[in-house]
Amino acid sequence: MNNNLKDDWELIVGLEVHVELGTKTKLFCGCVNQFGDEPNTNVCPVCLGLPGSLPVVNEKAVIYAMQLGRALNCSVGRSIFARKNYFYPDMPKDYQITQYDQPTNMDGYLELPSGVKIGIERAHIEEDTGKTVHVGSTGRISGSDYSLVDYNRAGVPLIEIVSYPEIRTIDQAKEYVEELRGVLLALEVSDAKMEEGSIRVDANVSVRIEGEDELRTRCEIKNVNSLRSLGRAIEYEANRQIDLYENSEIPSQETRHWDESDGRTRPGRSKEDAEDYRYFQEPDLVPLNPNTETIEMIDQGLPSFPSERRMQLATLAQMDVSEIALIVERGHDGFAAETINSGAAPQVVIKHLTNNLSDGLGELTPTAFASLIQMEESAELTSTQAKKVLGELVLQGGRPQEVAAQFGLEAVDTDELETLINQLITDYPDEWERFCGGEKKVQGFFVGEVMKSTRGQADGKVINQILNERISD
Amino acid sequence: MTEPISEEEVAHVAHLARLRLSDQELEIFTRQLGAVLEHAKDVEALQLDGIEPMSHPFPLENVTREDEVGEMLEREKVLDQAPAAEDGRFQVPQILGEQP
Amino acid sequence: MSPSVPDSFVTAESISEKVKSGEWSAVEILDKYLSQIEQHESEVHAFNTVLEGEARAAARETDKRVASGETLGPLAGVPIAVKDNLCTKGIRTTASSRILENWKPPYDATVVQKLFSAGATLIGKTNMDEFAMGSSTENSAFGPTRNPHDLSCVPGGSSGGSAAAVAAGFAPISIGSDTGGSIRQPASLCGVVGVKPTYGGVSRYGLLAFASSLDQIGPFANTVRDAAIVHEVIGGHDPKDSTSISEPFPSFLDGLDHGVEGLKIGIISELMGGIEGISPEVIGKTREAASVLSANGALIEEVSIPASLYCLSSYYLIAPAEASSNLSRYDGVRYGLRVQGETLAEMNINTRTNGFGNEVKRRIMLGTYALSAGYYDAYYGKALKVRRLLAQNFDEVYSKFDVLLSPTSPCTAFKLGEKTSDPMTMYVNDVCTIPSNLVGHPAISVPFASGNDGMPIGVQILVPPMQEALMYRVASTLESAKSNEQ
Repeated sequence: MNNNLKDDWELIVGLEVHVELGTKTKLFCGCVNQFGDEPNTNVCPVCLGLPGSLPVVNEKAVIYAMQLGRALNCSVGRSIFARKNYFYPDMPKDYQITQYDQPTNMDGYLELPSGVKIGIERAHIEEDTGKTVHVGSTGRISGSDYSLVDYNRAGVPLIEIVSYPEIRTIDQAKEYVEELRGVLLALEVSDAKMEEGSIRVDANVSVRIEGEDELRTRCEIKNVNSLRSLGRAIEYEANRQIDLYENSEIPSQETRHWDESDGRTRPGRSKEDAEDYRYFQEPDLVPLNPNTETIEMIDQGLPSFPSERRMQLATLAQMDVSEIALIVERGHDGFAAETINSGAAPQVVIKHLTNNLSDGLGELTPTAFASLIQMEESAELTSTQAKKVLGELVLQGGRPQEVAAQFGLEAVDTDELETLINQLITDYPDEWERFCGGEKKVQGFFVGEVMKSTRGQADGKVINQILNERISD
Repeated sequence: MTEPISEEEVAHVAHLARLRLSDQELEIFTRQLGAVLEHAKDVEALQLDGIEPMSHPFPLENVTREDEVGEMLEREKVLDQAPAAEDGRFQVPQILGEQP
Repeated sequence: MSPSVPDSFVTAESISEKVKSGEWSAVEILDKYLSQIEQHESEVHAFNTVLEGEARAAARETDKRVASGETLGPLAGVPIAVKDNLCTKGIRTTASSRILENWKPPYDATVVQKLFSAGATLIGKTNMDEFAMGSSTENSAFGPTRNPHDLSCVPGGSSGGSAAAVAAGFAPISIGSDTGGSIRQPASLCGVVGVKPTYGGVSRYGLLAFASSLDQIGPFANTVRDAAIVHEVIGGHDPKDSTSISEPFPSFLDGLDHGVEGLKIGIISELMGGIEGISPEVIGKTREAASVLSANGALIEEVSIPASLYCLSSYYLIAPAEASSNLSRYDGVRYGLRVQGETLAEMNINTRTNGFGNEVKRRIMLGTYALSAGYYDAYYGKALKVRRLLAQNFDEVYSKFDVLLSPTSPCTAFKLGEKTSDPMTMYVNDVCTIPSNLVGHPAISVPFASGNDGMPIGVQILVPPMQEALMYRVASTLESAKSNEQ
């Protein structure tokens, strides 16, 4: 385990992941759901919480939520909306419409690439808040003179996915978030960008002595903006708790905020205000109650998910899951499969997709990709040449034979190289002597000369092979 | 007989509701709320196990709208009614404490 | 002297017909009502805002459209007063609260839009108990409204301004909202017709929420027929209100004169002496109304709604609970009053402490308490179960009876200041009207008699959800029986 925890201590993590759904409009009104617009331009009476306004649920958001629920193996049933009451200026009604005791999705799991299944307690629908900027010397909430509020984000649909505290390592926590991203992207329900805040992760962290059954007090860590900080925050928090226990103190259950700049978590709002949210059923909305046909339709429309796709590609390529995981994550597994099915060597397909196609496939087609790999395999092109042609195919498309011809690329054949090298040995006897005497750097001289005469189109591997054959002659 | 609600409880509720009460108000409100809660004891005493709570008078379900863009407000009209605004945003005094 | 009903009393229906035929001009009609307002509004104080200029412009526009041959709606040229908790675009909407004293909404309530589409002229915004919390209109931040029949008496509430406006002849029609009786009780006290429609029958979009699961908007009128006409205009499905009923209602006007022959009408025994505090005089007049219906061929029997004994307690838990949440948004951040403070929380507290009146504060605190951890099950949870029980009681009774009858208000209009010292005394005024709100059923108050004090007494007619046509039919029978008597 790479938790960097002291011996004997076990890490317990549950994650609450908030995902902004990529609907056209907000959850309860027809305002545009878009990141980065001028402040307070995507607003209406409903999302500003103006007196008299009423919410109406966005059908698409409900469908997305149910799709996600089914993808996470949840049971999807009758759900009701509730109000969570607390005062905060980024919340226009001073209550949040969310789901409480009857959420849309309950009791599922997410399978990680390592095969571990992390239980999902619930995945419920709720509305996002506006955004507050703090004006003053520090730019942070503490020490600011006043704050300014923008409600463009208020009312954007969110799904909150709550895991059971079944995550045991920092790597698992990161893997869980990555895997969830994969599911969201496959469903096309969110752009899943952590840096723009469309995925936000809170971590419930506690520790216990290995072998204990009971869970100890947990702290909820907020304000984690990247996978890296998620790892750092969990590690910091776990060690903070361990230190407390080892000093015979007990951590108090509280919300703590991760501070990226100094790598610490700090306590959030005071306990005095602690959580009497006075939840009750939202009287302005009616229950959602999907029938069996709706659920069946959702199930039939689901795409295949990363875990399944990794398995498929690994089987097809006859490689290990870990070697092809990145390709699945990029969504290039379908392309890989088609290329392999066209007869291309799986190893080379995976090599190019992993190393040379990270920026996207552009105009490249599986057929062209397969022909290119065949040319490379039959030494018609050197691997350097193949890479160059591949780049061009991504930009322009077309057939690899034509692109290679356009560039004047074709691997010089072995006979021609042998003739060239024989001539060089005759022309440079001193250098040849030194090379045969074991002076390896002279090898570079010969390779360079061959490349010069072939305008770089010779295969370096073949040149070295011939040179070494000549020594032993 | 115990009072249905104490001054401490009323003070706590006022705090949750963002209201300030003078000592005199605290006393009066405690008495008045007590009278209402005293009256509500008839309900409190009812045996209602197995009865489904009724939040909505009319049993509607699955009322949704299509994901289509509707009318939005002009920013000037929105900020026009704001007690204080700056830079196209609503201005509020210094916030102590983070969002819960 | 009291302004009372003007001599040249006309119905909204006849105004609209004559304006459309060109016989009367909308401006002329409006001026008659404006002059009545000018003479008596200072005594009655039915309005928070009188829209003289806007109304004149609208009436002129109506006349122009008539002249150009356009087909106008059923309320063409009819001046209408609207309760000040319904949003009117660009027009002050205060809910009679300091906290919204100068708020101008950027949108119209659906009901207001529908009134405009029907050709109505908005003549003003009426006074009310602050955020509709009260039964006497004494809880207005802008001073009380007085009963046009006796200026020393309250008009009832919370829609006291709307009831008084019709009673004083300031408008032939007004609109109110009814959460626990806020249309029917003032209608009874002011001697006009007042209707609480089926929950979901009239869109709540643009109504400043008090208790969302109980609030309904409805009309005040001088006649049952006028009320039915306005109800048809403002009713109907609204996609902006998720609790709006999408099935069409049968016409309220078609069977209006079909009488009550053969109808089975139950008198709710709990409201006829079973519950304390309902005046014998009111009970007596309600029995008289039953006799009138019986004389017209209806079968009358006493029925029991046992859960009505717990309605008042349940209502005063559910309504404040919802209100405590609905009124959180008045925090000084986005609109309305702000009273400065060093920090955000202080500003919130200063604003709400100064902006809300005592009754509103009382109910916010009561509701906050009822919802808070540890008390939810004992109070709010139980109240929701009583509501179910009550609905079951009604279902049972309606399996045998078509219509129910009861008093509307336990007493006639009381004096200003008479019931302000103790909240519970005031709350009891809603005892007859609350059951319909809890179950979402429609009910109407029809003026039927006068008390020994000379003040009006109304009776309440209750029917199952969406059965308004039947309700108006019975009300109309009672109304014509009464005018035949006179």
